[in-house]
Amino acid sequence: MAKLITVIVKPFKVDEVKTALKEAGIAGITASEVQGFGRQAGHTEVYRGTEYSIDFVPKVRLEIVVDDPQVDAIVDTVVNAARTGKIGDGKVWVTDVESIVRIRTGEKGVDAI
Amino acid sequence: MDTGDAAWVMTSAALVLFMTPGLALFYGGMDRAKNVLNMLMMNFWCLLIVPIVWVVVGYSLAQGGSAGGWIGNFDLAFFKGLSVAKGDEATLLIATFFGMFAVITPALISGAIADRMKFTAWAVFVPLWLLLVFVPVFKWVYGGWMHARGVLDFAGGTAIHVNAGIAALALALVLGKRKGWPAEGHPPHNMPMVMLGTGILWFGWFGFNAGSAGAANGVAVQAFLNTFLAAAAAGLVWVLVEKLRDGHATTLGAASGIVAGLVAITPCAGFVSGPAPIIIGGVAGAACAFAVGLKTKLGYDDALDVVGVHFVGGLVGSMLLGLFASPAYYGGDFLAGAFEGGGMKLFGELALANGATIVYSFTVTTLIALALKATIGLRVDEETEVNGLDLAEHAETAYHGTN
Repeated sequence: MAKLITVIVKPFKVDEVKTALKEAGIAGITASEVQGFGRQAGHTEVYRGTEYSIDFVPKVRLEIVVDDPQVDAIVDTVVNAARTGKIGDGKVWVTDVESIVRIRTGEKGVDAI
Repeated sequence: MDTGDAAWVMTSAALVLFMTPGLALFYGGMDRAKNVLNMLMMNFWCLLIVPIVWVVVGYSLAQGGSAGGWIGNFDLAFFKGLSVAKGDEATLLIATFFGMFAVITPALISGAIADRMKFTAWAVFVPLWLLLVFVPVFKWVYGGWMHARGVLDFAGGTAIHVNAGIAALALALVLGKRKGWPAEGHPPHNMPMVMLGTGILWFGWFGFNAGSAGAANGVAVQAFLNTFLAAAAAGLVWVLVEKLRDGHATTLGAASGIVAGLVAITPCAGFVSGPAPIIIGGVAGAACAFAVGLKTKLGYDDALDVVGVHFVGGLVGSMLLGLFASPAYYGGDFLAGAFEGGGMKLFGELALANGATIVYSFTVTTLIALALKATIGLRVDEETEVNGLDLAEHAETAYHGTN
């Protein structure tokens, strides 16, 4: 069964994570620029002496679909590449994927990954 | 007319014209992305309507008639009777040069009322304000009763910045606060745009101040130098205040300081010399850096700090002229400041002129705003304010997510 790994990381870590995933043999990644907050919360900006609290901070979301046996290794790869040890490093979660189709060929299931 | 003088004043007029798009970028960058086009368009509207109004009646009412009075007349409406064949080019040129100032003065007000004014209301407000407020005050300062009393205002500290600054406060008060202000922040959406606008304003201000000498002469050179120094000093002081008070030197602080210094040196440009422009700029930079915080303390929503920068900077510069005006340096026939052996006479006249301008401009602007509010309405509806004025008022969007 295929699994969807969703990763939220700091934008400056995206290149390292991508390189590590390619080395681990991943077939594809979907990336989007997103905004959000977790324990890190937001940050403060100051314009003309007035402080503005910016709640949503920029992050990058990576989505990777893999075959079940690979999941643990890929999650470890992501965590190792994305970790700085500081607050705001992000999260990784894994969900089941019910079905997949490769649009060009019509292949289904794990063959379509 | 001397060809060198004509060439310099024409060049200066073009430089002053360029300041209005510069101001639009300065304000537009500070505005939010959903309202940036509305801000640009409020400024560009002044470029469309004011030249026409100025030539039709504005100039005649602002400069016609007898010296020492309250208002001009209609003798020069449509520049009637002037001709190049008769050698009227000096009058035509100065009327055109002043027209550039007439364009930017109401545009200054737009920063205070960002994000909430109906464009049609702004479109009507601009010509009304130009004729009922800008034109009389311009007449008083440059040929009317203030001029007759010895009031000095080299390029428009009282006539332009104090006048537009206090009008901005009046209009912002009638309009009311932006939705969510001050609880939720309205931070600038594009600081590089603000910095570009600042550069254009500084560049154009050399025409504003040095061109106001009306000739390519020594006064113009000193005004040019003073414009160079005061802007730098004010930007420097503003950034130092921020670094000490808030911990960071910000781009918006540098930009705001430069503009505050330019505003403050405007009334003084061709009347002061030596270290005076550095002192005037420095004092204005510090004063305005603190003045922009007043709106949150006092509760008036001057969105982009027209009051804090233009009103306060213009007033500081004008009153400091009462200390630093130096006829001896220029070999000129005008009142000397207190530090130049002139006693407090000039300071007192400037206090009277600024006081009269503040009372008149605030009162008449409030009346214009209330009249518009009662007839066509001043403020956009709540949905438009939340979604942004660009789409609702202009059917355009500044930035698209893709392509």
